[in-house]
Amino acid sequence: MSLLEINNLQTHFFTSGGVVKAVDGVSYHVDRGEVLAVVGESGSGKSVTGLSVMGLIEEPGRVVGGSIRFDGREIANLPAHEMRKLRGARIAMIFQDPMMTLNPVLRVDTQMVETIHAHREMSKSAAWALCRDTLGRVGIPAPDERMRAFPHQFSGGMRQRVAIAIALLNKPDLIIADEPTTALDVTIQAQILHLMQGLVEEDGTGLVWITHDLSVVAGFADRVAVMYAGEIVEQATTDGLIEAPQHPYSRGLIGSVPSRNRRGARLAQIPGGAPPALNRPQGCRFAPRCAYRLAGCDAPQTLRNNVRCWRADELPAFEEVPA
Amino acid sequence: MSDISVPPAAQPLEPTPPPERPVWRIIRDFRRSPLALFGLALLVVIVAAAFLAPWITPQNPYDLRSLSIMDSRLAPGEVGFSGTSFWLGTDGQGRDMFSAILYGLRISLMVGVIACTSALILGLTLGLVAAYFGGRIDTLVMRLVDLHLSFPPILVALILLAILGRGLENIIFALIIVQWATFARMARATALSERGREYIEAAQSLGLSRTRILFGHLLPNCLPPMMVLYTVEIASAIALEATLSFLGVGLPATQPSLGLLIANGFQFVLSGQYWISVFPGIALLLLIVAINLVGDRLRDVLNPRNIT
Repeated sequence: MSLLEINNLQTHFFTSGGVVKAVDGVSYHVDRGEVLAVVGESGSGKSVTGLSVMGLIEEPGRVVGGSIRFDGREIANLPAHEMRKLRGARIAMIFQDPMMTLNPVLRVDTQMVETIHAHREMSKSAAWALCRDTLGRVGIPAPDERMRAFPHQFSGGMRQRVAIAIALLNKPDLIIADEPTTALDVTIQAQILHLMQGLVEEDGTGLVWITHDLSVVAGFADRVAVMYAGEIVEQATTDGLIEAPQHPYSRGLIGSVPSRNRRGARLAQIPGGAPPALNRPQGCRFAPRCAYRLAGCDAPQTLRNNVRCWRADELPAFEEVPA
Repeated sequence: MSDISVPPAAQPLEPTPPPERPVWRIIRDFRRSPLALFGLALLVVIVAAAFLAPWITPQNPYDLRSLSIMDSRLAPGEVGFSGTSFWLGTDGQGRDMFSAILYGLRISLMVGVIACTSALILGLTLGLVAAYFGGRIDTLVMRLVDLHLSFPPILVALILLAILGRGLENIIFALIIVQWATFARMARATALSERGREYIEAAQSLGLSRTRILFGHLLPNCLPPMMVLYTVEIASAIALEATLSFLGVGLPATQPSLGLLIANGFQFVLSGQYWISVFPGIALLLLIVAINLVGDRLRDVLNPRNIT
C-alpha cells in the first residue's frame, strides 16, 4: 500500500464562464521515502492536484470525483476539522515564493512554535528547542539568534530553508513541495535540492515535488509524472523519461532542454500554447501542437502503459526527433 | 543535466544584520519629517496639559465656589477682583478660560479616544470576519455598512442623541455607532487583499485553527492602515463631539467640552468679547491639526509600498 494514492481525481472550478476542469482524472501514488516529480507547464493542474490533497481548494473550486487515499484512509472531502489535524502534522506543504509564505509581521520563532502547538501538547521551552534544532538541521547558521529574527531579515534561500524547517517540525509522512526552488537562483536551488534529498532520505518521508523545470528532476526524483491540460500524459522512472520519453509532449519537453541543443542553433520548442482551460480539444488534448498528428488523433486518449498516446509504440525512437 | 552535488553552504551567505524590530524602523522613518515631529510635539503638549489639568490650572472651573461673578467676562490679561490675572480672560460666570479649556480638552480627548477605540475594535472584528469567511456573513455585514454610510454621520448622531438624551455615555455610544462602519469597511478591504496572500494559505497548510489564522496572522497584517485611519477618526470624533455639544445635544453643561465652551461664548462674540469662543476654538483647531499631522506621517511611514 502506498503512502499516497490518488485515483482518477477530478477537481473542477465552477466559474461564471463555465466549469474549469483544472484536474481531470489524475492518478498517481507515492511511497514512503520516494520522490515523485510532477512536471508540467502553468495551468496544467499540477498545483491544484497538490492543493486537493491538502484539502485547500477554495470556492468556486471543488473536488468532484475520484479518491485520495493517504496511509490507507480516504481523505478527499474529509470534514474540515479532520483535515486540519492532518495538515501540517502528517502532510506538510512547501510553497513557491518564500518571500510570501512567511508572515511578514511575526517573528520566526512565533510562527514555528505555533505550528507545533497546533498539533501537539508541548511545553514552550521544549517547543522552542525543537524549532531551533530544526532550523539548524536545514542549515541555518546561528539558529538561536535567527529564531528571534523577522522574515524580512532573511535572504530568499534562507527563507525557503525556514519554510522547509516549519514543514518538518511535526515529522510529516508526506511533503508536497509546490515549485519550492522556482523563485531562487540556481546555486541556492541546488543547495535546497541537496538539502531536501538528504532530509527525505533520513526521515523516510514521501515527497511530491511539483515543478516546471525538468533539469531539477534529473538525479533527484525517483519517478516523474508529466501533466498536460489537467491530465497525466506520461508516467515513468526519471531515467526512463529522460532517456526515452514516449509521449510527444514529453519528447518536446526533454527536447527543449537547452543543454540538449546544439550551440548556436535555435533552441527546440513545442509550437503553439496550452489550450485554454475552458475550451480544450475534444480528443487528444495535445493533438493541435503535436508533430506526429494523424487523422485518428481526434479520438479521446486513455493512459496505456503509462503513456496517454495511442501511437506511442509506433513513433520513431526519441533521438530521431528533428531538432 | 543539473549538477546537484553542490555541497550546502557552510557559512552564512550574508552578514547577519542586527535584528531590527519594525517598530524602530517606523520611529526612524517618522522622525525624518520635521512637520510631523512638530505635530507630535504639539499633540504631546496638549495631551499632557489635558491630563495634568487638575494640577496645573489656577482654578477648578467646575467648583462654583472658586468662581466669582465679579470676574465675569474679563478680557485676556486682565486682573480680576480677587487679584489673580486671567491670561485668556473669563467667561460669563467668571470662569478662567485657560482652566476651562484644559478641562474641556480632557473631556474632548477622552470622548474621542474611548469612542474611537471601541469603534475600531468593533469595526475591525466585523471587517475581518466578513473578509475571512465571505459569503453570507460578508454580505450581511457589508450591506449594513453601506446602509450606515449612506446617512450623514451628524444626522445619525443627532437622531440618536435626541432619543437617548444628553450624557457622556450617550455621546460615546452615538460616536461608536457613527464610526464603526468606516473601520469595518477599511478592515474588510485590507483583510481581503491580505487574505489572498500566500502566507495565509501557508498558515492553513500548517493546520492552524481559523481563530488563530484570523487573529494571529490576518489581524497584525491589517493593523498599519487601521492605525492611520484610527488617528484620523479620533480627530473627526472630537470634531463631531464638539459640533454636537455646540448644538446643545452633546455633553451636559456640568461637563463642558470644547464644543460647549465655544457655544457658551457665541452670544458674546458680536459684542467684542471674542475670547470666550475663540480660545476654545483655537485649542480645538490645534488638537485636530496635531492629530492629523501625526496621522498623515503615519500613513506615509506605514504605507506598504514605502517598505522595502
